[in-house]
Amino acid sequence: MDEVDSQTLLKKGAEASLFLARWHGRKVIVKTRFRKKYRPAELDTKIRSYRTAHEPQLMHEAKKAGVPTPTIFLVDLKNAAITMEFVEGKQVKQLLAIVSKKERRELGVKIGELIGKIHKHGVIHGDLTTSNMILSSEGKIFLVDFGLGEKNTELEARGVDLHLMKRALQSTHYEFADECFRNVLKGYSAVLGGEDAEKVFEKIREIERRGRYVDERKQAS
Amino acid sequence: MKRLAEALCLGVESTADDFGVGIATFNGEILANASSAYIPEEGGIHPREAARHHAEVADEVLDEALAKAEIKPRDLALIAFSQGPGLGPCLRTGATVARALASYLNVPLVGVNHSIAHIEIGKLETGAVDPVTLYVSGGNTIVSAFDSGRYRVFGETLDIALGNCLDVFAREAGLKHKRGMPLGAAVEELAANGEKLISLPYVVKGMDISLSGLLTAATTQLRKGEGELEDLCYSLQEHAFSMVAEVTERAVAHTEKKEVLLTGGVAANRRLQSMLRSIAKDHDATFNVVPRQFATDNGAMIAWTGVLAYTHSVATPIEESFVKLRWRLEKVDVPWMK
Repeated sequence: MDEVDSQTLLKKGAEASLFLARWHGRKVIVKTRFRKKYRPAELDTKIRSYRTAHEPQLMHEAKKAGVPTPTIFLVDLKNAAITMEFVEGKQVKQLLAIVSKKERRELGVKIGELIGKIHKHGVIHGDLTTSNMILSSEGKIFLVDFGLGEKNTELEARGVDLHLMKRALQSTHYEFADECFRNVLKGYSAVLGGEDAEKVFEKIREIERRGRYVDERKQAS
Repeated sequence: MKRLAEALCLGVESTADDFGVGIATFNGEILANASSAYIPEEGGIHPREAARHHAEVADEVLDEALAKAEIKPRDLALIAFSQGPGLGPCLRTGATVARALASYLNVPLVGVNHSIAHIEIGKLETGAVDPVTLYVSGGNTIVSAFDSGRYRVFGETLDIALGNCLDVFAREAGLKHKRGMPLGAAVEELAANGEKLISLPYVVKGMDISLSGLLTAATTQLRKGEGELEDLCYSLQEHAFSMVAEVTERAVAHTEKKEVLLTGGVAANRRLQSMLRSIAKDHDATFNVVPRQFATDNGAMIAWTGVLAYTHSVATPIEESFVKLRWRLEKVDVPWMK
């Protein structure tokens, strides 16, 4: 009954490969973390099974926070494979460049709201990029790929999560990265409340001041 | 001036502990690559001490490069220098030497971004054209690839650099410098005899990594005196290298580029090379590693990047040649790439 049929490779990522398959007549995604030969087997097994076990839990938590994530059907720890719902839609990465300025603003705000919701619920995504956001055909944005996430309510974790979002926008959507990130923060602030959000924003500034992210740092030494 | 291809550029490198002078022809032949490293009596690099060393050796390194290339100062058509990022006093010493040369010889001056120079010398020496680059050194840990006019940063360290992590651990373990080798090379030697993998923190956040927790855990183990030093070196390397390898692989998958380039001082590490070679193979990409003599900071890479910039209409008037301590590579236009 747990058999998954006719897998075709959809995307060979670095961290995992995504296969399109059928399971009980449904279209599903099978996400498999294959063995990485470059790292020691012991470390490899640890990383893969940890992520395979935690990802579905975090996706479940995100759902509880009101954030759409694909439904999990099967978790196969031995083969580090997760079978989940296939979400029909488009990656936000592909959309940002082609939509109108107004739609781009709405997307940014909406993304910020989703991040605010998971953070408020104690979930850190760990890899916020526009490739990990899917606008479904019904108009909902799904967050996927929680493999690097964690349960954490600390300011530091929230700050790094948003900082990574900013970095991802800068490397992939540099033309409107600043504009998009401002809108993300707007949505985030609306969910978390101005006061709590401002603490996170201050943390982001602190992370950036740590030295590697600014042009001119005050010389401490 | 001779034909353009035969024109010569002299590059001055002084971002950190090395003072280097390189000479390159405009068509990419490296004629000389002289350098002198400041080795602290103990502890890490003290910027002003390093700068004093650079000022003291500048003359002889310059002479050595000119002698090696068998040229006279008057043969130079261009002076390039490392304008940043780096340690202030060190950068300023190199900049002063470069400005003096350029104004005395009355030739143009070009300020070069040090990180970009590491990428460019790697490309020149390996033939890579448009790679995903892992640049790892004492001060930098960056995964970068070219897109729309600039090298973009896909991943980097959120705290300390890979080379720094290895160096600090080596110092804690009381390991000593070998001639012409970074301290981290001593860790590599010991690690080769390690067998047991000790569990240490492994921190990948998105495309970025964090190494400070790993360093703390490894030095704590060291102080406790449990286990063999070889095993600890091995475990430190395996964890740290797996982290940079993972983010490099993510950039390769994301950009779908077909070349991987390993550059910077830590590029000389064979274990790190083997990891990246494995990743490149998995993604049908070629693996390229900068030759050892151009891995650590050097003047040749500055000279060559100066040529690339100058031949694409980039020059730095002396009044704008102030050093930039935090000059990120994605802030620099690279008109020589398409």
